[in-house]
Formats: sequence, structure tokens, C-alpha cells
Amino acid sequence: MVDKVKSTAAEALAGLLFDGMTIMAGGFGLCGIPENLIAAIRETGVKDLTVVSNNCGVDGFGLGILLENRQIKKMVSSYVGENKLFEQLYLSGELELEFNPQGTLAERIRAGGAGIPAFFTKTGVGTLVAEGKEVRDFDGELYVMERGLVADLSIVKAWKADAEGNLVYRKTARNFNPMMATAGKACVVEVEAIVAIGELDKDGIHTPGIYVDRLVKGAVFEKRIERVTTRAREAVGENAAAGVEI
Amino acid sequence: MAWTRDDMAARAARELRDGFYVNLGIGIPTLVANYIPDGVSVTLQSENGMLGMGPFPYEGEEDADLINAGKQTITELDSSSYFSSADSFAMIRGGHIALSILGGMQVSEKGDLANWMVPGKMVKGMGGAMDLVAGVKRVVVVMDHCEKSGAPKLLKACSLPLTGAGVVDLLITELGVFEINRGKTPVRLIELAPGVTLDEVKAKTEAAFEVAL
Repeated sequence: MVDKVKSTAAEALAGLLFDGMTIMAGGFGLCGIPENLIAAIRETGVKDLTVVSNNCGVDGFGLGILLENRQIKKMVSSYVGENKLFEQLYLSGELELEFNPQGTLAERIRAGGAGIPAFFTKTGVGTLVAEGKEVRDFDGELYVMERGLVADLSIVKAWKADAEGNLVYRKTARNFNPMMATAGKACVVEVEAIVAIGELDKDGIHTPGIYVDRLVKGAVFEKRIERVTTRAREAVGENAAAGVEI
Repeated sequence: MAWTRDDMAARAARELRDGFYVNLGIGIPTLVANYIPDGVSVTLQSENGMLGMGPFPYEGEEDADLINAGKQTITELDSSSYFSSADSFAMIRGGHIALSILGGMQVSEKGDLANWMVPGKMVKGMGGAMDLVAGVKRVVVVMDHCEKSGAPKLLKACSLPLTGAGVVDLLITELGVFEINRGKTPVRLIELAPGVTLDEVKAKTEAAFEVAL
């Protein structure tokens, strides 16, 4: 039996990286990012990467460390506002950027992983996003054609896995990870725990192991929070927005 | 006295109906959650993959795996559910969300919305805004009536790149409320904030509008 479980992030990525490749990286902001695999990619120095990820980390963490090391040539993202170095590199022309609406990005990846080369959506009709793309009328409404997206490698963060590669994500750390797991020619996953076969609830598996090629238990999970926001203890019963950003 | 940010949020909250699934944008729209009317129960969707957003956590109880679309720490409710970004945007694009309340840079009398980029400035990206305006059944925009320079933001046509064309149903500014109806009918001013005159609104608005107070 093929052993998907590797002992380090470097080992999990061995032989899969090459200059100029396309990598999908899961996560929304810093939530659910494969931080150990990103750090290992930095160590290899592989460069001219096209990275598909909703965001690009922050200065000094997440994908931000690949920017610092000038390993990224192009980003495909929906929002990159949290990263000063990104702005500098983009404005100086060192970094290319393709913006996709967030839902279009998610669907492009889902479609790519499902073998669907293109689909039509209302999102972006009449905007810059639709320029140069086929727009078609279905039942009296206009839709723009978007292409499915695949990558040479997807790097994914899940909460738990078994040796089969069955994955369970936790709370909003799921985000783009399940689709990306399906859309990489190779898929490498880091998890917080690898449990015994049979321990995961078979009805509760989010990503079946067929999509997962290699698996590693992350050495360190810093799990930084971008905007720690809390409410006062006495403010019981107040609604969601009544918080304080720290 | 024109409306404050909180007044605008409270006015926007009056668009909520019992049982609605709602997506709130960042900024003033987030404040809407503080003004949900008594007897109205809504479920807040967060496009990063959650239905049933709870309040912010108590200090010390933050969970890095539980954030909203503004990347702030939040909590779950007993009724909450989590899902992937693809499922989240299937809800949004499939017309399953009843109401979205968003910020804006410009709104046109044709119902166009611009709220994601200013040419020549660093663009942060549209995030989920284009999906929300394209797919949510009713779109309410809450924004300042004018720019800091005094230039109007309710225009005949948006000068900034669009987020969506013919997508705005209702506009709330500090001066009043406008029915935009996705540009299918003429814009109508339907409410004035207390102490605001019709002349003031006319002076600060480029778009043509009917008065239906």
C-alpha cells in the first residue's frame, strides 16, 4: 500500500516543486492556511510561482513569506489588501496580479477539479471582469463564461486526517481547501492530527482520500489571527457588531 | 441633523424581515447586526463559509479557525453551520440569500454600483462583492451621500469601474433613502433624514430622482 503519510513538510513536497509551476494554496486570510507547507516551500527557493489563493497572507506570515523571498511571479486572488509588501511589488511591476471575484475563484477551482473546463455565471457581467470573455444570454439574462482552474500542486490545510487521506476541516478554516484538494495534479495536505483508520466518522468526511496524495502532521501551528475582535464580558446579549478590535 | 453611521445602520436594519438569510458587508453594514428589530430573527451568512454568525468572542476565547469575512474573530450559535467557499457562493449566486447590505463608492440612477476600485490607486480586490450583487435577491447600499471633496456619489452614471450593473435596490445615505429598483424605474427619494431639506439633497445629488416622501 502506498504510504501517503510523510514525516516532514519538506518530505511531503519532495520531487513535486519546479520553477514556473502553479500552486493552489488554501485559506481565507490567515484562517486555514497550510502554514507548514508554505514555510517548506520557502526553504526550497523554488521560484517564478503562480499562486492561486484567495489572499496573499500578511507581511511575514503565510504566503507573505514567499513574497519576501521573491518566489511568486503571479497571484490569482480575490482580495489582497492586508499586505504592504504585496502592494510595493505590484506597483513596481515585479508581481503580476489577476483578480477573480471570490465566488468565481471558488467555482473555477471546483470546476477544474471536477473536469469541467468552463461555466457561465452572472457574476461580473457588465464589469472589467467580463472584458474579453464570452457573454451569453440564457433565458433573458446575461452570463459570462469563466474557465475551470487546475494547478500543478495544491497545498491544503485540514484539521484531522487518517492515513487513507480522508480529511475533516474545522469551522471556517475549511474555506477554499476542499476545492483546492480536488484541483491539483498533486495534492499535499497538512493536518493538526492524524488519527487511526476507522476513527473518523465516515459520514462526516469532508474530503475523501482519493484527492490526497501526501499527508503530513504539521510541526508547528502558529495559527495567527488577523483581527482579534472581542466583546466586553458585561455586554451579554449584544449583537455581533458590538465588538472591539484589538 | 443628518443621520449618523449608527442611524444609517438602524435604517438599513428595517429592511430585515423575519426568517431572512442575510449577508452584511464590512463597515456600516456590519453595524446593522446591532439594530435587528425586536421580533425579527435573521440568520447571518459569512461568505468565508458560515451560516449563523454569533457575536464576537469574549477576550481569551478567540478561535483562529472561526472568523468572519472581515477576518474578525467571531463565535458560533447552536444553529450554525460551516461549509466550503464553493458552497458559500452557491448560496449567494444561486439566489438563496434574501438580502445583502453593502458599502458603496458610487451608485447610478441605472442601479449600477461601484465599490471595489479607484483607477490609479492600489486595488485591494473585489472579494465577494461582485458575487453578492449578482446573486442576492435584494441589494441595499449604505454609503455617505458625497465624497470628502463634496462631489456627489449618487450619479447619472458611475465613473469608477463597476461592481455590478443594474443591481442596487435601495440606497441609504446620511441624508435619506432612495429607491433605486435596479434602474428599472426612475430613482425615488422616499425618506429624508430629520432636519435634512429637499433642497440640500438636490444640491448634493447628480442623479435625476422623483420625490415620493
